[in-house]
Amino acid sequence: MTFAVVVFPGSNCDHDAYHAVKHVLGHSARFVWHKEAGLQGADVVILPGGFSHGDYLRTGAVAKFSPVMGAVNAFASAGGPVLGICNGFQILLEAGLLPGAMLRNAGLRFRCEHVHVRVEQTNTPFTLKCAPGQVLRLPIAHGEGNYFAEPDVAERLERQGQVVFRYTTADGRVTSESNPNGSLNGIAGICNDARNVVGLMPHPERACESPLGSADGLLVLESVVEALSSSSRLTAGAMSGGA
Amino acid sequence: MTARVFVTLKPSVFDPQGHTITEALHQMGYAGVEDVRQGKYFELMLPGTSADQARSLAAEVAHKLLANPVIESYRIEVAE
Repeated sequence: MTFAVVVFPGSNCDHDAYHAVKHVLGHSARFVWHKEAGLQGADVVILPGGFSHGDYLRTGAVAKFSPVMGAVNAFASAGGPVLGICNGFQILLEAGLLPGAMLRNAGLRFRCEHVHVRVEQTNTPFTLKCAPGQVLRLPIAHGEGNYFAEPDVAERLERQGQVVFRYTTADGRVTSESNPNGSLNGIAGICNDARNVVGLMPHPERACESPLGSADGLLVLESVVEALSSSSRLTAGAMSGGA
Repeated sequence: MTARVFVTLKPSVFDPQGHTITEALHQMGYAGVEDVRQGKYFELMLPGTSADQARSLAAEVAHKLLANPVIESYRIEVAE
């Protein structure tokens, strides 16, 4: 299985994602420069964290026009699994692959710490190996992770089960203290209607080995391997609608 | 022509930076400042365009790039 890790100028978690996929998960990883028009036949696409284009204008606003995003769009439309982490999530929002937008953190501070998120949905290719309601300990590092959507959009996300991760306490309770950035409804990650595109602010790729403080993030990567393995057993065609 | 584009968060969107500035002004004694909305300002140099062309082009790029229509609105002025 091959993972494409898209590299934008200013990406700085691309090597973390590459390391987690190749050396911890044991699958093939390839860097794909943002000027490339294709994804080199990848089975999974990761848009990594960082500060693409220096976060100029808005986070992810310039990256959405990179040539590679045409291929990412086509890949996502065909049902391919796409994971946007932190800045990658912000890019997916700007590109319209996921609904909503990011605002500056409510406290205006760049938050760099471990947080807890509850897995709200396990029927996405990136969470199917998690238990429903499982709490993961993952690091965050962002200044603009305050998720916002218009009330009708937020209501639809909740109703359709598109809120995939929510900030909680270690025992899975939603409190104002457990929300590090003021995100609407404590939203830490969402998926699209088809459930194959997932974005989240925390960094699962930096939490794949116990010496780093947590190995909970490995579940996210193992999930997509499982999703693709089971879908290829069921059908030779592209995965659509999630697993 | 020159097109000036002013981008601000929509009124329905909380502006944490504007709120912080408002609080600072209150601490400085400017009690009459009820609220501050922070925004961005762009100047587009558009030689050889008419006012209508400049306004139309500015609106197009504001919608596509300068503003995020999910959270922001924009206002355009054109000048010689």
